[in-house]
Amino acid sequence: MSLLSIQDLSVTFGPFRAVDRLSYEVNAGEVVGIVGESGSGKSVSSLALMGLIDYPGKVTANELNFEGMKLLEMKDKARRKITGDEIAMIFQDPMTALNPCFTVGDQIMEAIAVHQGGSRKERKLKAVDLLRQVGIPAPEERIKSFPHQLSGGMSQRVMIAMAIACDPKLLIADEPTTALDVTIQAQIIDLLLDLQRQKNMGLILITHDLALVAEAADRVVVMYAGQVVETGPAAEIFARPSHPYTEALMKSLPESSQGKARLDALPGVVPGANDRPSGCLLNPRCPYATDKCRTEEPELIETDGRSVRCFTPLTQQEDAA
Amino acid sequence: MSTENAVVLQGTNLKQHYRVSQGLFKPQGIVKALDGVDFEVAAGKTLAVVGESGCGKSTLARQLTMIETPTSGKIQFNGKDLLTLEGEEKKEARERIQIIFQNPYGSLNPRKKVGHILEEPLVINSEMNPAGRKERALYLLERVGLKAEHYDRYPHMFSGGQRQRIAIARGLMLNPKVVVADEPVSALDVSVQAQVLNLMMDLQEEFGLAYIFISHDLSVVEHIADEVMVMYLGRVVEQGPAEQIFKAPKHPYTRALLSSTPRINPQQRIEKIRLPGELPSPLNPPLGCAFHGRCKYADEHCHHVTPELITKDDGSLVRCFGHEQNRLDY
Repeated sequence: MSLLSIQDLSVTFGPFRAVDRLSYEVNAGEVVGIVGESGSGKSVSSLALMGLIDYPGKVTANELNFEGMKLLEMKDKARRKITGDEIAMIFQDPMTALNPCFTVGDQIMEAIAVHQGGSRKERKLKAVDLLRQVGIPAPEERIKSFPHQLSGGMSQRVMIAMAIACDPKLLIADEPTTALDVTIQAQIIDLLLDLQRQKNMGLILITHDLALVAEAADRVVVMYAGQVVETGPAAEIFARPSHPYTEALMKSLPESSQGKARLDALPGVVPGANDRPSGCLLNPRCPYATDKCRTEEPELIETDGRSVRCFTPLTQQEDAA
Repeated sequence: MSTENAVVLQGTNLKQHYRVSQGLFKPQGIVKALDGVDFEVAAGKTLAVVGESGCGKSTLARQLTMIETPTSGKIQFNGKDLLTLEGEEKKEARERIQIIFQNPYGSLNPRKKVGHILEEPLVINSEMNPAGRKERALYLLERVGLKAEHYDRYPHMFSGGQRQRIAIARGLMLNPKVVVADEPVSALDVSVQAQVLNLMMDLQEEFGLAYIFISHDLSVVEHIADEVMVMYLGRVVEQGPAEQIFKAPKHPYTRALLSSTPRINPQQRIEKIRLPGELPSPLNPPLGCAFHGRCKYADEHCHHVTPELITKDDGSLVRCFGHEQNRLDY
């Protein structure tokens, strides 16, 4: 049984579908990367997982199971026991995610107090140990620091310490390194992957950085305008993208255009709430679009462990040629 | 003067030191945000300045655009010393050096229409009549890939990529020779980033612009730059033609930066070098080579003596004892 299984998860704000029938699974010890540009629904879907979508947002799903438990049918109180304890989340901007009024030690100890209890002394020892695990030097001193005394990389390490405080089985990292410098990004990703292997956690890595996902993830979910356009094993997808959008994203990276004068840019932008086209959502930007794409909406179709939402997947075209 | 490769902007030994108070009874500290930077950039060429936050790259941008006056050093624009210019000449030079900021959500006034934003530089700096200003604004809107109907809209009606196009158009209103672009694409999505980079390169060709392209994203720099300057804690550690820097980085820091940049193509990944620790505090920089605390090649010598920027046979510049003494194992 998979750790997390999602079937047809939709998040709607009035008539607008921010996430449209999203399905994927995460197994224990697996790293799943969710990529897409801003507005593709990747963050909203993870907030829905954590139960953090407020009215007027509406979350519906055929299945939203964590270890077989149906999250959507649970009482709020029971669900809160799971979120933060067994499912933890790291947010994008570590400088604003921490409370500036309390020391980092207090904040980590609070997370432990809520889910595990224990005396103040025990919790303090645990907090020091956690900071050591995430590679913060002199943790006994550091737990007395306030967030403004820490750099961005250090704050993100504190966030990670807080997230793993209760030994979660599933960790959701929403753009964990976007606000950080490259060398610090490399440190944080290494740390996350180390912890993930040590604790055999499932890790959902949400990012807009394709190259990062290509290096870190086992499986990839590519999202566009709220829909999954392609999923499959990371190595296969990046070696042979099947959906035109995945291909276009890869091509628009500067590293794919070495030696060329210009980048292969995908024209246009992700459609917003009011300007979604009919048919396939990518059709106005897609170089392969046909009349069928402009009127009918393609379904996500699975073949050989990969799924793609396209009438004419690139891999099939290649095979036919 | 109009020859293709004439140097338009040249900086010599630029320094920017800030005095900071460390408390009532403590002596003032000095932050050396920039500590002796030399560079030159020719018309139609791109000089990329690379480094992590706190390395001084934005301070350099502020000096070049005359937002900040260097503590010492010389900036020459078309052979004239910017720092001693007065009156009309200074105004003229200011018009020729323009800047594009990182965040297009913050750099456009939300209360003004696009037309007003674009024409404001002309209103202040030229005698042009309203019809002429509008004509120029519409021309540049079209050049950056927007439409005439966008002239009467407000910034909030545009996406991030479109806003950055507006910011670029505004930068070009006064016919600049040099454009300082401070992280112009880091706030944009991948597909939009590619569009804006292409636009910038097209405009460079068309108007013969010199770019000072400040970025922390090496894959972007690799694509756009002719020459690269890698900075660490206010100093240049390596400088040279882009090709050389990316093919055979000499300084351990450059190498670490390159290897930390994620790559999609497994063949382009090089062995990961992980730098321990973070940038040291600029208030209290380490003795000797500023990088020694994070460098695995550092020896006793590096701890005490500051290396100089040495010119190599191939024209590149490196600041590293390890490289001088040939004890780097790559």
